[in-house]
Amino acid sequence: MTAPQPPQQPAYAQAPQPGQPGTPPQQWTGAAAPFVYVSPIPVRRANLADALKSEWTKIRSVRSTLWTLGVTIVLILGIGLLAAGVVSSAENDLGAESSPLTLGFFGVLLSIICVITLGVLTISSEFGTGLIRTTLTACPDRARVLTAKVVVFFLLSFVITLISTTLVAMSDSALLADRWSGEITGAEYFKATVGVSLFVAFLGLIALAVGALLRHSAGAITTMLGVVLLPLVAAMFMFTDSLEGVRKALFEYSVPNLLATFYETGATQASSGPTGWEPLWIVVAAAGVTLGGAYASLLNRDA
Amino acid sequence: MIELQGLTKRYGDKLAVDGLTCTVRPGIVTGFLGPNGAGKSTTMRMMLDLDNPTAGTVLIDGKHYRQLRDPLRAVGALLDAKAMHGGRSAYNHLLCLAQSNGIPGSRVREVLDTVGLTSVAKKRSKGFSLGMGQRLGIAGALLGDPRILMFDEPVNGLDPEGIHWIRNLMKNLAAQGRTVFVSSHLMSEMALTADHLVVIGQGRLLADTSMAEFIAQNSRSYVRLRSPDHERLLDALAAAGVAPVTTADGTLEVDGTDAARLGELAARHGIVLHELSPQQASLEEAFMGLTAESVEYHAHSSPGEAPAAGQGGPGDPPPGAGWGAGRREKGS
Repeated sequence: MTAPQPPQQPAYAQAPQPGQPGTPPQQWTGAAAPFVYVSPIPVRRANLADALKSEWTKIRSVRSTLWTLGVTIVLILGIGLLAAGVVSSAENDLGAESSPLTLGFFGVLLSIICVITLGVLTISSEFGTGLIRTTLTACPDRARVLTAKVVVFFLLSFVITLISTTLVAMSDSALLADRWSGEITGAEYFKATVGVSLFVAFLGLIALAVGALLRHSAGAITTMLGVVLLPLVAAMFMFTDSLEGVRKALFEYSVPNLLATFYETGATQASSGPTGWEPLWIVVAAAGVTLGGAYASLLNRDA
Repeated sequence: MIELQGLTKRYGDKLAVDGLTCTVRPGIVTGFLGPNGAGKSTTMRMMLDLDNPTAGTVLIDGKHYRQLRDPLRAVGALLDAKAMHGGRSAYNHLLCLAQSNGIPGSRVREVLDTVGLTSVAKKRSKGFSLGMGQRLGIAGALLGDPRILMFDEPVNGLDPEGIHWIRNLMKNLAAQGRTVFVSSHLMSEMALTADHLVVIGQGRLLADTSMAEFIAQNSRSYVRLRSPDHERLLDALAAAGVAPVTTADGTLEVDGTDAARLGELAARHGIVLHELSPQQASLEEAFMGLTAESVEYHAHSSPGEAPAAGQGGPGDPPPGAGWGAGRREKGS
């Protein structure tokens, strides 16, 4: 979508001359300014597509993206395949109630850390370096900047997770075809790939929003790790009976448990807590709230 | 053209910028001077709509910055040479800026060439020196071939060749009819580049004047006299109606009388002179005098050296020349 090329000349090799074709007429604005400079480069109104292109260039041109997404793929594929390898060499067959798809769970759980890190860095690194000022000078429409970041990061993390989880789901079910008697339904397959990837990508969006709110990489990553891990840890230490309800809720709505819900089959479904696609709606709602805060913060605070 | 109207920024109970009103015109280089902490950078951030003013507005060619449909084409700004992701190459840094405004990629190579960074275009900016960072920042400002350019301390970290280059660049940009607004805390640097001066101290406007006018007003000349016969010289000068100022080290400074006349006067009285030298107060000193009371971070080198205004010799300082007193007390 490159703008039509002007007759290329070094743009300020010469000042606009009166009477020269293609140059604008002089504008007299007083003794100090014989004319106001008008660029020979054609002017086109910038839009969201330009911001998306810019953000895509930004995210692909730093190594932290390569590292975090690379590790994401390695974790999902590596641990997923390793688990399948262990199970296939074990003596006992996989129980009828757990499908080969569930073996992908641990890899995805660990890879969440990478996606969270990338989500935070997508915006907080700009605040850390001061680049955000340059970015906002180039695009004063702050909502457009954040939207572009959200879209680019979301699509990238979703696609990477989707490819990895699909590969794991396919190879695990192929590897364990003769060790497992059950049947994987299309819905289960869909949840363990697309569902999981959407869940991870929206979790990454929460991280991006927290990064925009805190404007500090380490602080935002730590906060997100706390969000992922603390409920589970806290639940473990609640021994009192009076706290039983809280303990149960913390456990059931902790991120690892929400993720595990995507791997549930009819046989393993928990009696209470979120089921089916509910974890996705929970994380979508949470992402909506935090992103709302991020928009408000970016629009109103000094950069 | 940039118009500042009563621009004010308050941080807590501290006024960083206090009712700044001035106009930056096209076709000339406007120097924005002030000591450290005077509010220069805060003002520039508000001009670019990065910080919200507590009161007042900034109009860029009659519009608020946020209303510009082609921001990089209208305004190019260098705020901080280190404001880039160290892991990104110079080319990619400029490319993502260009793309956000729909500027063709070929323009990136052009500006890299203009600032002389073509050979390191693919290198990550982490390894850049401060001077290279400044050049990359300037390339970013030039990217949209804008009508208005704003540079915050652009010569910081540049080598002499780089300083020379940026001086000429700014002058050329202004000569093409662009508005060039450059902040600096170095008067000497501005004297070489700026046509117009806006001086602020503690957020308040201290001067908004052309460079020529500033020089005429502030670079007053005086004559320094030194004699072993101090008392007789004083008497002779008094008799001739000349009011000298005695400095800390015993030399006399005389305003408004030329050296030849003072020499003749001394000769007529048979007074030995060890020194008779016309002096020119530098613009740096004039600037320091102007801002002395509004310097935020004083370095107290010698106690008792007060930058007090209006303590010169009897009948000495004309209005607005308070800086002169400070200069003399320093005995320079």
